[in-house]
Amino acid sequence: MPDIVVKTEDVVKEYRMGSNVLRALDGINIEIERGEYISLMGPSGSGKSTLFNMIGALDRPTEGQVYIDGQNMSNLSQRQIAAFRCHRVGYIFQSYNLLNVRTAHGNVTLPMIFAGIPDKQRNEKAEKLLDKVGLGDRMYHLPDELSGGQRQRVAIARALANDPSIILADEPTANLDTITGREIIDLIKQLNIEQGVTVISATHDLKMLDVSDRIVDIRDGLVERIRDRDEIEIQIGEVGGHE
Amino acid sequence: MHQHTRIEEQIDLPFLESLRISFQSLKIRFGRSIITTAGITLGIAFLVSVWTNNEIDLALQESGRSSTIANLEETSEQGISTKDIWLIIMSLIVCVVGIANSMLMAVTERFREIGTMKCLGALDGFVVRLFLLESGFQGFAGALIGALLGTLGAVALGLKDYGLDLFFYFPLLPATPEDAPMRIGVLLLILFGCILGMLLAVIGSSFPAWRAAKLPPAEAMRTEV
Repeated sequence: MPDIVVKTEDVVKEYRMGSNVLRALDGINIEIERGEYISLMGPSGSGKSTLFNMIGALDRPTEGQVYIDGQNMSNLSQRQIAAFRCHRVGYIFQSYNLLNVRTAHGNVTLPMIFAGIPDKQRNEKAEKLLDKVGLGDRMYHLPDELSGGQRQRVAIARALANDPSIILADEPTANLDTITGREIIDLIKQLNIEQGVTVISATHDLKMLDVSDRIVDIRDGLVERIRDRDEIEIQIGEVGGHE
Repeated sequence: MHQHTRIEEQIDLPFLESLRISFQSLKIRFGRSIITTAGITLGIAFLVSVWTNNEIDLALQESGRSSTIANLEETSEQGISTKDIWLIIMSLIVCVVGIANSMLMAVTERFREIGTMKCLGALDGFVVRLFLLESGFQGFAGALIGALLGTLGAVALGLKDYGLDLFFYFPLLPATPEDAPMRIGVLLLILFGCILGMLLAVIGSSFPAWRAAKLPPAEAMRTEV
């Protein structure tokens, strides 16, 4: 039996805009296995970022359920949700979302502060993680002093701080040039393989295709199709030709 | 990797940790903090100067020495005039609105930061406490400077009006003279200014911070300022 880490059941999300109701998600059913690298793809406005927020407990669905590790997210208390975000998930965002008042090192220690890890231990771990993402020499720089690629590396190190079982990446390469984007994707893929972290990424970056195990195409708030890796292989040739 | 199925409860952070984070934030955002604090300083300085000026007038009128200006304008009138009351009320309003506004702005531009902290596992209460500490400190520092500046301003005006007599009859302490209106004294006024400034800063920032902390992180991070 496959080990399901994320499962959504008829997830609906509506946004109220004045008198209009925008249905961003129209009943999403997906299952994600532990250790998978999943890409949620779709044009902007398709609802992939909304789905991303639902899976990461960053927003509540209007209807339907999200299960993570078999746990129904809508049954969790505020404290449990905070602990969930702190320990189980690492978030990576398009615009990095680093705290500008904290150094790279300070950003990486923050989730560990929230987890109650002692000073010495968290400082050492932050150094180790920053080293791992290739920022050993820029640890004590503020985000403003780093390039986009370097900031995203800090965000990745921060996402790994509490050894999460899931990495959620929302368009992690959208603000980066092709080469830097490639490096970031490789880094995330490396973590996926080495540490067995489940990676769920909302993207419309075609470079993401060849590292993904499965691709979920989202269109108009619905799952249009789910493609497996071997189905994709053939198409990558075509994509490569276009780039 | 983790295989736990039970989701634990998030812990509370020690107070010292919150204090450390809030001071760090104030220090690195120093330029911005100064502007916010300056808003508080100005509001309180205005209020305290107007009020102290009034106290000085009362004290010296009572002592029988009226200012040259008071001589010209309203010699016969004893005590607080309607104009003075209006001036104090107006300065109070300016102070309240000014401080509330600068604190609101300072919090609103940090909605994304609030959302991000929640993604990393911050409890709503922690976010609110952080802003409470930051704004309380800013409010107190700003208001103290403002109150002192305001008093200095009023003293300077008093010196112009009354000369060195001012120092003989300076209304430092509260007084309840029999045939004149009660005075609260400059010391209490400074204290009042500090408390008011701090209170306004704390209310002005913790209310929007509380609202932002209640939002799901996705929504807080979406908020564009």
